[in-house]
Amino acid sequence: MIRLRLLWRKSLNAVMLSLTGVAAFSVVSVLFLILGYLLLHGGTSLSWDFFTKLPKPVGEAGGGMANAIVGSLKLLLLAAVMGLPVGLLAGVYLAEFGGKTFSFVIRYTTDLLNGVPSIVIGIFAYSLVVLPVKHFSTLAGGVALAIMVIPITVRSTEEFLRSVPSSLREGAMALGASKWKTIATVILPAASGGILTGMLLALARVAGETAPLLFTAFSNRFWSPGWGQPSASLPVMIYTYAIAPYDDWHRQAWAAGLVLLMLVLLANLGCRLALNRRGSVRSA
Amino acid sequence: MSIAATTIEHAPHHRGRGTRALIQRLRHGDEVAHLLTLTFAAGILLLTSMLVYELWVNSHLSRAKFGWLFFWTRTWDPIFDNFGASPFIYGTLITSIVSLVIAVPLGIAAAIFLAELAPRKISDSISFLIDLLAAVPSVIYGLLGIFIVVPLMRTTIGPLLINTLGHLPTIGKLFKPPNYGVGFFTAGIVLAIMVVPFIISVSREVLLTVPRDQREAALSLGATRWESTWQVVIPWARTGILGSIFLALARALGETMAVTMVIGNDPKITASLLAPGYTIAAVIANEFTEATGDLHLSALIELGLVLFLMTFILNGLARLLIVATERGGGNLS
Repeated sequence: MIRLRLLWRKSLNAVMLSLTGVAAFSVVSVLFLILGYLLLHGGTSLSWDFFTKLPKPVGEAGGGMANAIVGSLKLLLLAAVMGLPVGLLAGVYLAEFGGKTFSFVIRYTTDLLNGVPSIVIGIFAYSLVVLPVKHFSTLAGGVALAIMVIPITVRSTEEFLRSVPSSLREGAMALGASKWKTIATVILPAASGGILTGMLLALARVAGETAPLLFTAFSNRFWSPGWGQPSASLPVMIYTYAIAPYDDWHRQAWAAGLVLLMLVLLANLGCRLALNRRGSVRSA
Repeated sequence: MSIAATTIEHAPHHRGRGTRALIQRLRHGDEVAHLLTLTFAAGILLLTSMLVYELWVNSHLSRAKFGWLFFWTRTWDPIFDNFGASPFIYGTLITSIVSLVIAVPLGIAAAIFLAELAPRKISDSISFLIDLLAAVPSVIYGLLGIFIVVPLMRTTIGPLLINTLGHLPTIGKLFKPPNYGVGFFTAGIVLAIMVVPFIISVSREVLLTVPRDQREAALSLGATRWESTWQVVIPWARTGILGSIFLALARALGETMAVTMVIGNDPKITASLLAPGYTIAAVIANEFTEATGDLHLSALIELGLVLFLMTFILNGLARLLIVATERGGGNLS
């Protein structure tokens, strides 16, 4: 009887433990499935035209997404210009100046802002930028993405500033440097590698966002000069082309998907490898 | 560090009073820097409050006309300006529940493997790949959903579910034809794949904070590896794991693109999981730019407000739970 019980416990142990292994490997294999499918379908549809031509009118085969690629870059530039400085300075406040209660409130709000669904951020940017002027614009899309960049940058900046050894801080202060001088000339440079990678990760995260662009930057089948007109972007193009009923558009959606995924994954891969090598704290 | 910093920082303040002291402090730069960074930090508070304010004000028309009935009525009729949110709330909840039913066991099992069994190196590289999985844009999941998961549901998984689980009493109601490939279940599968990386990485971190002696004590009493994990380590970490599930739920509720592309976009409340449905995020994505009437737009913004509040509450709870476990172990639940 006892033997049987022991046998049962041992086999339960073996079964459950191997199941956990199966779970871990099946989740990881999804990443390779995704990569494989996109290479398979996207690779065959990718051509030089994709990067250099405008979309063709509905019904005509061929054409490319040059305007969407430029549009996405412009949107990211706006997000970086508006979002990164705010995130950086707020992060410096949390790491270097913040008191107890107020910092807690800011940190908590930042996390909550980070958790707001991207479609709701889209509504917010719509009511801030689109409603007053009554038309969609690159600027509105940039604002939406910037709002998403801020909380990610704040938390990674704070984390990397905190990981600077306090001996550096004390050394600078012992030499008579003011607090601000210490931060600007010693601490920020020491953490700059991490902070910059954190910023790049934040941009990579919003580069793939579609929902907040649907009714801010909207979409455009032509070039969008300046910042005040609707603009195409890669994620929105993928969405519109994937749900359209044309085979040629589906092929282009796969190609655009492959380009977007490669950009996002390579940025992530590079950043995370750089961070791991520095032995710094991993930021989510 | 803080002692050194405060003494040095406060030293110049005692040199004088009034304007001279102010100039001294400004030239020093510390106060300016403090104020500048404080402004930006406070800007985040302002931004978040403005977000709530805009959602509240712009949903005014719809709130005034429908009141609480908005949450109960099933009609969504832009032509006669009659809007009820219940099919969308239903769809949002059902897809999220389906995704959690799949993702929670899978995620926790994988986290156990990574934290308890795998050697540190293998565990780190798998976690690295799982972090990459979390970085895949949601529109890519939607693309794969439309062209891979939907056909698979229509031809293989759907009929299989109808022929097996569909015959059972009670549960059988969830798996009835028609099966078009798009619907709650398909959306749930895609969502599960999207949220599982979050469950794994947060749960793994939480499991790694469980003290070593807890495991050793269980093992030394003769427990098997699995028993020590299941009866000692998991209970210790349960608040944090619950937090990771809340985080995943909040993500699933707010997820837009992937769901919009596979849910079928049909505002109906149906018992069968294989039927097409609609979610809050999906209807906003589909109808926002096409909304003609002010009331229609206002109703969509009110849906946005509902979605915001749901995720806001869940995220708040999740953070508290995770902080609680990481500080003090499982005794706080």
